[in-house]
Amino acid sequence: MKVGSQTIKFKNTPKILETSSIVGKKEKEGPLGNYFDITNEDIFFGKDTFEKAESEMMSECINNLLSKANVDVSSIDNIFAGDLLNQCIASGYTIRDLQIPFLGLYGACSTFVESTLLSSIFVDGGYANKVIAATSSHFCSAERQFRLPLEHGNQKTPTAQVTVTGSGSCLIVQKDFSTTNDAYITYATPGKIVDYGIKDMTNMGGAMAPAAFNTIYTHLEDTGRKPDYYDAIITGDLGVLGSEILVEQFKNEGMDISNIHKDCGVLIFDDNSQDTHCGGSGCGCMASVFSGYFFKQLKEKKLNKILIVATGALMSPLAIQQGESIPCIAHAVAIENEV
Amino acid sequence: MSSNIKMTNEEYSDYVDSKAKKSPIFKNFVLAFIVGGIICVIGQVICNISMYFGLDEKSAATVTSIVLIFLGAFLTAINVYWRIGKFAGAGSAVPITGFSNSIVAPAIEFKLDGYILGLGANMFKVAGPVLVYGVATSVGVGFIYWIIKMFFM
Repeated sequence: MKVGSQTIKFKNTPKILETSSIVGKKEKEGPLGNYFDITNEDIFFGKDTFEKAESEMMSECINNLLSKANVDVSSIDNIFAGDLLNQCIASGYTIRDLQIPFLGLYGACSTFVESTLLSSIFVDGGYANKVIAATSSHFCSAERQFRLPLEHGNQKTPTAQVTVTGSGSCLIVQKDFSTTNDAYITYATPGKIVDYGIKDMTNMGGAMAPAAFNTIYTHLEDTGRKPDYYDAIITGDLGVLGSEILVEQFKNEGMDISNIHKDCGVLIFDDNSQDTHCGGSGCGCMASVFSGYFFKQLKEKKLNKILIVATGALMSPLAIQQGESIPCIAHAVAIENEV
Repeated sequence: MSSNIKMTNEEYSDYVDSKAKKSPIFKNFVLAFIVGGIICVIGQVICNISMYFGLDEKSAATVTSIVLIFLGAFLTAINVYWRIGKFAGAGSAVPITGFSNSIVAPAIEFKLDGYILGLGANMFKVAGPVLVYGVATSVGVGFIYWIIKMFFM
């Protein structure tokens, strides 16, 4: 059911049955290191290229999800997945082996919430019973595609962020499936593209903050909720700068979200010891931090009502070379323990 | 639209600039000067040693370039040069060792995609523009020099 200008209210409130997360070495060494299901010290994940490594990582993540949830791969109706590589090859090659009906998505770093949102709609509408939402990103394959070769000696600007090597996935099922009674998906707000003319590819947080603001603000307006209805409003990878802008802009509107706002990109690394500048980014950032950390917080009832908002910068190096600015998007999904 | 931040693009851009942490320019300058200077001193030492062993100045300069290019490539290959670059910035990018790094780094990375269409096609991805405009500029400067020489010397 549609409420307000762009929000979806789920009638049958599908639920997240289980999640799975996998990260690389640097993420393991970060503050959330112990929360992730699987970590791998080998940046190649046993493969011979970074792209194959990313596929392998996602594949391990999904297999872990299936075994954690104790469901057979053949019982999965659909999978929504995406990543940052051209033509979404990390997802494509992973899911080739799984033989699950696949819908590939590209929403840059917003893909995790985009895939969760669409999975929820499939389940809510009764078109599917078990749907997987998954995304991944890999530092080395992203550097290769968006930036300079790894061995090249250069300095990053203070606003730069580090692509997270990680993958996260969640299994979304009908409300009455099995005995768990938490992590229901209640609302979703797909975002509009917002572009404030930022052209600096090394300042994604600054570029994406207005998109996060737009989606969160619209979500609150559509649902009639106040920010403090939520125990936490969690953004994907705004980083230090983007988070600061978001909080300040809400303050300008008379809403203080400084205590409830969390950003996965800020949480996953420690800038002082890991030299990560503004924090982590990438499709795998929110995917791994939500799946590894926040979902467990929901299960343990430390958080009961959360809004996850993943932001994405929908540009390519080519468009930036041609003088374009960075179009940004944010999608939001509300997850609650009680409905 | 009510749900947008109430700023124009220009205002927002200025606002982001004012919030963004600035690069430590002074520190970068000093480090670049020191590390760049050290690389130049190493070059001078190689040059002097070559001359000590009987090479003329021109040959000694060539030997110096060759040795420095080798050192840049070697340090890139053993996963060290990027650390120097991160620390020194322009100090290690501008000298000939940095040029060497900018060719070897993509070569290592794109080797994974095969020797012809990977390594061969992408080796000059970073250094390519330097080569193109370096050669073009030297042709232009040479032409000006030729004209000046014809009329004034």
